[in-house]
Amino acid sequence: MPWSRIKPDTNEPEYLSQDMHGSATHAAVTSEPFLQHSPGIRRISYAEATNEALSQALSLDPRVFVMGQGVDDPSGMFGATRNLHLTYGRERVFDTPLAETALSGIAVGAALGGMRPVYFHNRPDFLLLAMDQLVNHAAKWHYMFGGAVSVPLVFWACVGRGWGSAAQHSQALQGLFMHVPGLKLIMPSTCFDAKGLMLSAIKDNNPVLIIDHRMNFKQRGIVPEEPYTVPIGKGVIRRNGRDVTVVAVSHLVTEAFVAAQELAGEGIEAEVIDPRTLRPLDEELILESVARTGRLVVCDTGWKTGGVTAEIAAMVAEKGFGSLKAPIARVANPDLPTPAGYTLEQAYYIGKDDIRRAIIRTVRGQEA
Amino acid sequence: MSLTAEAKRGLLRTMLRIRRVQERIESEYLKDEMKTPVHLYIGQEAIASGVCATLRTRDAINSNHRSHGHYLAKGGDLKAMMAELFCRSTGCSKGYGGSMHLVDVEHGNMGTSAIVGGGIPIGTGLGLAFQMQKLDRVSVVFFGDGAADEGTLYESLNYAMLKKLPVVYVMENNGWAVCSPTLTRQCGDNVFHKGAPDRLFSAKIDGNDPELVYETTFQAVERARKGEGPSFIECTTYRILGHAGCVAQDPKGYRDPAEIEAWRERCPVCAYQAKLVSEGVVDAQALAAAEAEIKAEIDAAFAFARQSPLPTAADLHQNLFCE
Repeated sequence: MPWSRIKPDTNEPEYLSQDMHGSATHAAVTSEPFLQHSPGIRRISYAEATNEALSQALSLDPRVFVMGQGVDDPSGMFGATRNLHLTYGRERVFDTPLAETALSGIAVGAALGGMRPVYFHNRPDFLLLAMDQLVNHAAKWHYMFGGAVSVPLVFWACVGRGWGSAAQHSQALQGLFMHVPGLKLIMPSTCFDAKGLMLSAIKDNNPVLIIDHRMNFKQRGIVPEEPYTVPIGKGVIRRNGRDVTVVAVSHLVTEAFVAAQELAGEGIEAEVIDPRTLRPLDEELILESVARTGRLVVCDTGWKTGGVTAEIAAMVAEKGFGSLKAPIARVANPDLPTPAGYTLEQAYYIGKDDIRRAIIRTVRGQEA
Repeated sequence: MSLTAEAKRGLLRTMLRIRRVQERIESEYLKDEMKTPVHLYIGQEAIASGVCATLRTRDAINSNHRSHGHYLAKGGDLKAMMAELFCRSTGCSKGYGGSMHLVDVEHGNMGTSAIVGGGIPIGTGLGLAFQMQKLDRVSVVFFGDGAADEGTLYESLNYAMLKKLPVVYVMENNGWAVCSPTLTRQCGDNVFHKGAPDRLFSAKIDGNDPELVYETTFQAVERARKGEGPSFIECTTYRILGHAGCVAQDPKGYRDPAEIEAWRERCPVCAYQAKLVSEGVVDAQALAAAEAEIKAEIDAAFAFARQSPLPTAADLHQNLFCE
C-alpha cells in the first residue's frame, strides 16, 4: 500500500483561529460560509501552502534561492517545491549533490555572500550529516564574530513517520537542535503557519531550521493568498480549557485537539497550546496557561529523554512550580530506534489515545 | 607576468610584518595576557602574502585556526587583531572570537572557522553567491594538509567544478597536523593530484617562494574572474613552531630536530629578503626603515590592546541573533 493511502487528506480541525500576530480570536474565520465571501482566502493543501510561501519569497526577493537534493524533480519535495524551477529557473531552484556537509557550508557561505538560501534536506536524519555546518558554523557565526556577520538561511526537513520508514528515515530530532543556541527552530502544524512561518524564516537574518512532518502534509487548511508572516517565537492557543494545559507540537496538535474535544463530553476541559516555534519558545504563553489550569501535559513527536518534552516540563517546573496541582505528564516516543514493521510501528508511535490517557491521569490522578 | 620592484617590496613588507607580529606574540605569550590559543604562522608567510597580493579588497578569503597571516595579508587592522588576542571589546570580534576567529568584513574576511575543513565549503558558498549575483569577485580558501583529510574538501571541490565557481583553494601543506605527519594520515603527499585536471586548474608549488605563489595564484584568480572555474594550489611549506602556543609549550620529540633545522635554513622571509637585496630592489637602509615602522606599529597595537576595555558580563547575552 503506498504511503498516500495510509492517512487520507483531511481538513484541519476547527481551531480557535489567530490573527497574523498569533493572538487567539474566535473561530468565525474558519467556518466554510465565511470562505465563500472572502476572496483570497481558500482551503489548500499543506504542500500548496509551503509552495506558495516559497514562490512568493522567490518572486519578492531576488536574494532568495531554493536548493536541495530533488527540489526540481517531479515529486518536488512532497509537493513543497514542485514546479518552482519552471517559474524561477534552475539558477534559483536547483538540485544538489548529496554531500550534505559541504552543501550546508555552501549555503552558509552563500548567505554570508548576500544571498538567502532555503536548503531542503528532505529528512531530519540527513541533517546529522550537516551537523558540523549547522551547529559549529551557522549557529555561531553571528555571536563568534561579535555581530560583524550574519547568516540568513533556512534549513528544512520533514519527519518521515510511518510506512515502514524505519530507524533512519523517521527520526524527529528537534530535541537535538533545540539544545543549540543560535538556531531558531520552527515546527508548524497548520497550513496557515506553514506558509507564514516559512516567509518569516526566509525574512529572518539568522539560521532557521524548520522541522515539518509527513502527517502535516495530509492536511488541508485555510490560507490567505497574499504574502504574510507569522511571528517566530509566538505560540498560539488552539483550544481554550480550564482544567489542564496540553502543549503539543507539529501534527500532535491535531491529536491533542481531538483528544480534548472528546474529553469535553466527559467533563474535562483541556487547553491546547501549539508553540509553533521551539526556539525561541513562547514561555509566557505556556506559563500563563498553566497558571490558570494548574496542570500540564507535554506532547512531542521525538524521543522522551533529553528532548522537547523534558525541556518544556523543566521550564514549567522551574518557573511555574507554584501553579502546579499535579505532576507534569509527558507524551513522547519511547527511547528506541523506530521499528519498520507496522505492528511494531503501531506500538511505537504515540497519538490521540496516549494524550487522552495522560490528560485524564493528570486531571483525575488516575487512569481512565 | 613579472612583478614590479614595488610589488616585490610590497610582498616582502607583508611577509616581514606577519613574521614580526608572530614573533612578538610568541615572545609575550607566557605573560598570560593573551588568554586564547594562538596558532603561529612562522615559516608560512610567503603563502598568505603571495596569494593576497593578487586579490582586490572586495574579494573574499576564508581562513582557519592558523589565520593571523591571512588576516593581515588581506588588509586586516593589526590593532583590532591584537585587541582580539587580548580578548578586548575593541577586537575585530569584540572579544567573542579570540585568536582562532578573526573577521574583517571590510576586506572580505567573512569569519574564520577553527573546525578543520569547516571553512572550505563556506568559501565555496561565497563563490556561489558571487556567481549568482554576477559580481566580479573571487573567493579564496586557505587550509592545511590536515583539512585535506576531511570530506568537505572533496565535496566542495566537486561542487565548485560542477558549477564553475570562482573559488581558489589554497592548501598549505606544512607537513603536520598537530603532531601527526602527513604520510601517517594520507596515502600520498600529492593532494593536488586528486583534482580532475580537465576541470580544475591545479598546481603543486614551493610555498616558500612568494613570487611563485603570487604568479600561480594570479593565474588562478584570472581564471576565476573569467568564469573558467576553480583552482587548487598546493603550497609546500613548513610549520617551524609547534601546533599551538609558544616555543616553550611545544611538546618535544615528535619531530626530528634536523627536519626543523633544515626548514629554518629555508626561512621564506630571510630568503626573500636576501633575494631582493641581491637584486638591488631593497637596500639595508630601506629594510631598517621598514623594520622600524613595523616595530612601531606592533608596539602601538599591543599598547592599544592592553589599554582597551574588556567585555563585561553585560555583553554576554549580546549578539546571539542578528536583528
